[in-house]
Amino acid sequence: MYFVVAGGGQVGFHLAQALIEAGHEVMVIESDRHRAQWIEEQLGSVVLNATADEGRYQLEAGCQRADAILAVTGDDARNLVICQVARHHCKDGRVIARVNDPKNEIVFKALGIDETVSSTRVLMNVIEQELPTGGFFPLMPLTGSHLELIEAEIAPGTPSVGRSVRTLHLPGGALIGGIIRGGKIVPGVGEQVLEVGDRVILLSPTAAEADVRKALFGP
Amino acid sequence: MNVLIVGCGRVGGFLAGLLDAEGHTVTIVDLERPAFAHLPAAFGGTTFLGNGTDLDVLRQVGVDKVDAFLALTQGDNRNLMAAQIAKEIFGVSRVFAKVNDPIRAEIYRERGMTTISRTTILGTLIHAMLMGDTQMGEVLMERTMRAEAEMARAETLGEAGKASPSPARSA
Repeated sequence: MYFVVAGGGQVGFHLAQALIEAGHEVMVIESDRHRAQWIEEQLGSVVLNATADEGRYQLEAGCQRADAILAVTGDDARNLVICQVARHHCKDGRVIARVNDPKNEIVFKALGIDETVSSTRVLMNVIEQELPTGGFFPLMPLTGSHLELIEAEIAPGTPSVGRSVRTLHLPGGALIGGIIRGGKIVPGVGEQVLEVGDRVILLSPTAAEADVRKALFGP
Repeated sequence: MNVLIVGCGRVGGFLAGLLDAEGHTVTIVDLERPAFAHLPAAFGGTTFLGNGTDLDVLRQVGVDKVDAFLALTQGDNRNLMAAQIAKEIFGVSRVFAKVNDPIRAEIYRERGMTTISRTTILGTLIHAMLMGDTQMGEVLMERTMRAEAEMARAETLGEAGKASPSPARSA
């Protein structure tokens, strides 16, 4: 696949390097001349020394044939504009934005940029995963909808242990897609009873996330 | 009119002073306290120290109650983000953003906000004056010169009374 990486800082550089190692084609747009030169020395001719928030440079970087544009600078306002300008000039590809202030995830969604990655939230998820109380992980938003994919781990002592799916009081619009139990998937419907160690995979309206959590883990 | 301005640089400070003198309710937000020195000494509006692209800051200064929102920082992207938050999230109907890149100005104009590019506006004005297009040039130049004379006079008076700069009042 072909990716345009907007911003060649720590995140952009390592992302580009990983994508290249995975066999993808990459173009990094970096505005600082010295940084651009340095990246070129490390990764080869995969750098455009230009400002990524201007449409003409996105076009020059080949955004029209890119599978995705990844806006990963350290500046949320710039990442937002990079994504919106990309939508304007390069309509087909996906746009994914790094969000530095987790609060801005809501802002980006409201302004039409659905796919965001917040390093703070990713780290929080990892930390929660390490906690013994089980975990609740919004995995990803589903493009073009107000839905998201959620994984919930049922730890000992979770209120929903021993309850059947039917009696869970899930909010309207939320659906269990399946339960991962002992490495296998079992259907998450009707009289299926939740057990300790289950990983419940759900589809839910983004707005109902808190209610899903409550239905599984109690208030 | 109740106006919220983000960015107290030369343009923001000047405009805030102008609107305040005309009796409008003005709140101006900037990240750095020294920026408020761009306000005229007689400024009677509210100053607020904070990030104008921050949802909570905007809520705190009452963005949902203003008649107009002006994003006038030095960063095109910050202005576009702040203006979109005001328009799309808080429903402010009249939203202006200073966007120096003419291409970005055009893209976002299509999305329903008023974008003003210094590049094209100044260039067009200078061109009009150079070519003797008095209709466009003169009215604007007259107002500009009047404002500049007023600012120069205020500055001289301030120097004479040796600088009791208006204390920036926090909201």
